[in-house]
Amino acid sequence: MSHNKLTRATQEPAWVRRTLLAVGLGFLFFFLGLPLLAVFVEALAQGLPVYLEALQDPETRSAIWLTVVIALAVLPFNILFGVAAAWVIAKFDFKGKSLLITLIDLPFAVSPVVAGLIFILLFGAQGYFGPWLAANEYKVIFAVPGMIIATLFITFPFIARELIPLMQSQGKDEEEAAISLGASGWQMFWRVTLPNIKWGLLYGVILSNARAMGEFGAVSVVSGHIRGETNTLPLHVEILYNEYNAIGAFAAASVLALLALVTLVAKTVVEWRMRKETEMLNAELPGEKTQ
Amino acid sequence: MSVNSQRVLPGFGLALGYTLVYLSLLILLPLGGMILKASELGLAQILDIALGERSLAAFRVTFVSSLLAASINAFFGLIVAWVLVRYSFPGKRFVDALVDLPFALPTAVAGITLATLYAGNGWLGRYLEPLGFKVAYTPLGIVVALTFVTLPFVVRTLQPVIEDIETEVEEAAASLGASRWQTFAKVIFPAIGPALLTGFALAFARALGEFGSVIFIAGNLPLISEIVPLLIISKLEQYDVLGATALAVVMLAISFVLLLVINVLQWWAANRHKNVEPLEVAAGKAKQGEGA
Repeated sequence: MSHNKLTRATQEPAWVRRTLLAVGLGFLFFFLGLPLLAVFVEALAQGLPVYLEALQDPETRSAIWLTVVIALAVLPFNILFGVAAAWVIAKFDFKGKSLLITLIDLPFAVSPVVAGLIFILLFGAQGYFGPWLAANEYKVIFAVPGMIIATLFITFPFIARELIPLMQSQGKDEEEAAISLGASGWQMFWRVTLPNIKWGLLYGVILSNARAMGEFGAVSVVSGHIRGETNTLPLHVEILYNEYNAIGAFAAASVLALLALVTLVAKTVVEWRMRKETEMLNAELPGEKTQ
Repeated sequence: MSVNSQRVLPGFGLALGYTLVYLSLLILLPLGGMILKASELGLAQILDIALGERSLAAFRVTFVSSLLAASINAFFGLIVAWVLVRYSFPGKRFVDALVDLPFALPTAVAGITLATLYAGNGWLGRYLEPLGFKVAYTPLGIVVALTFVTLPFVVRTLQPVIEDIETEVEEAAASLGASRWQTFAKVIFPAIGPALLTGFALAFARALGEFGSVIFIAGNLPLISEIVPLLIISKLEQYDVLGATALAVVMLAISFVLLLVINVLQWWAANRHKNVEPLEVAAGKAKQGEGA
């Protein structure tokens, strides 16, 4: 009888459980499921041939290409910064560390539009470096370099934010052992650190890549919307939509939605791998907990 | 320094130097440039621009719709997080992965899709408009877009905290005679409260700056459904760089304050977590009492 009483107080009554389940899943259906479905339904509204033709459009093609170029250009910078910042923050103690962490968080709090604006003020025609850039015929604003810089600003925290807690939880015993056994700094990095963080690094790359390819506000401000030249895919979606070309807009949007789905799947797989690896580690070292 | 001699690991100087130079070039220099530009105006003029009729209306629309979106997500996010942690149902892992969709889906895609769904002839708009709810091209549309974009924050901050609640604590409360509702209100809710507030603040901060998803569904009428980021852009397009900078500096100041609040909340949430111990002790005692 006392057991019965306990479950009654530690579990919601069945009708409450059913209601919560219905409300929660209903909310997700209307706010996530339906929009995701609508992208593909709208894109295919006039059949597959029309959809495929819309994707063949040369301007859509060049927008896809530019999106990939910017994402690839940003990636090495973000990896290098993420690993360097996480190494310093996770493995060493120094003054001003929490300030540094706050600085890395900053782009999450700054509006993308403001992020674009600060680079206009720096490199635009009336900006601080504007006259010098114009005199030397460098184009940054309303050109691809400016879009790359704005994307760098928006995406640089992702890898660092992923690696810092991971490297903190791993501690520094393994690296110290490698060094005291005579390994050089780079040997330690390639043979000990990198294998330890590879899944976390990949996770960060997936997140920052999704943001780099999908960024709209910051890139929009610095791009100048020159068709065929400074149009990424998200910007091209806007142009087509404003021209009432719904099929073209949703066809381009469906490419980005597919990318989002691939991102979610990849993210789930990597999360699963990481959990598996820590479980294995905990099983190998009973009594020694990661923290 | 004694700390230095204890450093066995290499790369401190190189990695720190690289990090600082990179951050200075990418963050500090541009932000400094903007503050310098704003100082051409002076505080009085910045406030004058920010408190003008159109700007003030934009700030009000941005704040009110962000607050509403964050509140909607706090309420439904709590239910979703609870359901995902405590209940089992078919397709749970799929639903769990889907929660991150707003982080992965480009905001422009979300914008045109929501605008199409809620337009008068859209899947949802055609049922809502006869009921008197005009969503697309009204301030209500802004709330819908912001709710979509900030949906993951509350769910993702709550999930690990709900997972960490020891069922012993709930059993203890139950064995001391609490009803399920009392257990939730007096034991569970205080434990997850700080995380709920953190998720709310994160969603609010993100909503304030959001641009891409909103502009398609908002209608963008000055004084009615124009958000601050859009006003910054329209000032920029009219070559009013100083006006745009003034609004951007105000937005930046708000971001800084929110970042500070979020840091304090997270610290509180972390410390609150440690205070669960006395309850655990109580649970242990309650169990012993039951056995005797």
